[in-house]
Amino acid sequence: MTIPTSPLERSPTTSRRERLRDSYLLYSFLRDPIAQLSLLVFIVLVAAAVLAPWLAPMNPYDLAQIDILASELPPLWIDGSDPAYLMGTDAQGRDLLSTILYGARVSLIIGFGAVAMQAALGVCFGLLAGYLGGRVDAFLMRLADIQLSFSTLMVAIVVGALFKAIFGGATYSAYAVPLLVLIIGLAEWPQYARTVRASVLAEKGKEYVDAARVMGLSSRRIMFRHILPNTLSPIFVISTVQVANAIISEAALSFLGLGMPETQPSLGSLIKSGFDYIQSGSWWITLIPGLVLVVLVLVINLLGDWLRDVLNPRLYKG
Amino acid sequence: MSSTTTSAAPETAGPLLSLRGLEKRFSLSGDFLEQLKFKGGKLVREQQYVHAINGVDLDIQRGEALCVVGESGCGKSTVARTVMGLITPSGGEIHYDGERIDDRTTKALMPYRRRMQMIFQNPYASLNPRMTIQQTLEEPIRLHHPEWSPQRVKDQVAEVMASVGIAPDWGARYGHEFSGGQRQRIAIARALAVDPEFIVADEPISALDVSIQAQVLNLLMEAQRERHLTYLFITHDLAVVEHFGTRVAVMYLGRVCEVAPTATLFATPRHPYTQALMSAIPRLEDERPQHLRLAGEVPTPVDLPSGCVFHGRCPHADARCRSEVPALIATDEGGRVACHGVEEGRIG
Repeated sequence: MTIPTSPLERSPTTSRRERLRDSYLLYSFLRDPIAQLSLLVFIVLVAAAVLAPWLAPMNPYDLAQIDILASELPPLWIDGSDPAYLMGTDAQGRDLLSTILYGARVSLIIGFGAVAMQAALGVCFGLLAGYLGGRVDAFLMRLADIQLSFSTLMVAIVVGALFKAIFGGATYSAYAVPLLVLIIGLAEWPQYARTVRASVLAEKGKEYVDAARVMGLSSRRIMFRHILPNTLSPIFVISTVQVANAIISEAALSFLGLGMPETQPSLGSLIKSGFDYIQSGSWWITLIPGLVLVVLVLVINLLGDWLRDVLNPRLYKG
Repeated sequence: MSSTTTSAAPETAGPLLSLRGLEKRFSLSGDFLEQLKFKGGKLVREQQYVHAINGVDLDIQRGEALCVVGESGCGKSTVARTVMGLITPSGGEIHYDGERIDDRTTKALMPYRRRMQMIFQNPYASLNPRMTIQQTLEEPIRLHHPEWSPQRVKDQVAEVMASVGIAPDWGARYGHEFSGGQRQRIAIARALAVDPEFIVADEPISALDVSIQAQVLNLLMEAQRERHLTYLFITHDLAVVEHFGTRVAVMYLGRVCEVAPTATLFATPRHPYTQALMSAIPRLEDERPQHLRLAGEVPTPVDLPSGCVFHGRCPHADARCRSEVPALIATDEGGRVACHGVEEGRIG
């Protein structure tokens, strides 16, 4: 038997890096200035947040560094500012730039943490519901319906208020970040579960899944090794949108006083703490963190939008 | 159940695979709430089924290639998928090498998974798009031989790739980089990777170009010679059957109407449906083709006709055909046919 010559021009030993170079993802990225700008801004914001302890002029968590006499100083470009405080100070005398950097850190941790939690729950439930079908499917999807009928904020307010009432404010402050991750994560998993289930139903009918079953592979291996990698595109797209949503949820909760305590400010709680002083002319305490929040959420959403266009199989099949 | 009839004495044992009264029906009625209907002021539960296969008896002997033919919807693919355990039968029994396998759990089926493999119709869907060819081929070997060293697994993959005519450097690539014929070779390699003795091929060449069909068919026949394989070959292409099959089973509406050695079936078809099917093969010497035209259409598998499933379209049908289901009876030529007319000598 003769081996048919391959009509393919690409060498068979392409590395991952070469695959990326040839991919449609990179091609489309290099031709989309909005995506490039969004990614750049996003990377700058994330880097600034991650490097906050080294970048920030002072540590807003360190009470010894806070000077209450320097409170409500305006930003540098307004009369009466102190050159030590680039963006002015808040009502407690904390340097606003440092507080925003640390606050963005908290917001991003909660955003990504909550999305990781949602994704873990949603992907598992979606895979189980889609692959096993029948009663498991009906049960999990009704559970998702019930979960979706409560709004995220309502669940968060009830759980947060209960936790605060039972364990007290001090315990709440200590566990605020994991608690918010848990609440936002638990409230939004059905988004993932539904999308993953829909993709699994589409993939399940394909013959490679039958081939894996005929081989004798376990259901778990078929679900995670064969089906899951083929449902990643929609998961990526939802994840970007969900990170933005989680950050907004956290900000909204903090604004209501049920999120991060003022001693560990997130962007949301900064906006809230500044809101009380907006009438007295100290608008920067609210406006600057507000702008950072808007820009952060906007670039994530723009990136998600671009990713959705690229990964949409109707526009491009790969 | 005795274990003496298993692989210990493969030459002397009975058929490799035998199906006894195999049935499969699929519910059309949805879940419980959708089944409730109001009829005449009463709430009744109503269930409708598609009878995909109803009472299939087949024996597959070692080393043969049994072709199952029939038109779309006659249940031939369902037979293949039921044999492989992809579908649980609604009734009947499947015996593999003397052991009943249709009621086994996934775990208890594992030893049989290595011995029987399947090749699918659509080579564009049967390879996981996120796995390289090497990964695809290694997976079944690793699963069934967890004790093998990585080098031994690689050697086995290389051996099986060579035997189906795949260049070894294709391993690093993904399925979508290949043409249909190449993918089907890879799918065959995957089936052969665990050294099975029995292969179910569900229309393996019908999605391929005509020029590639012969190549893949020859590859399957070569593999059969070299590896002493037994095939259950599902097809609707009678030319392929003549070329490939040792014996042929003709199915109509979920039942086997005739089983016979290929040459016998093509020379002297007995069942009226087989006769009509054979007359439909276009021949070069035909100037005025004499097709047997069947009246009407295939009845719906939801409401099966009583008696012989073919009676509505059969020119020889009588009262007995309309009421009594014919069983497969042996013919003089060595085949078996399910027809009252043949049994009574009404049909030559």
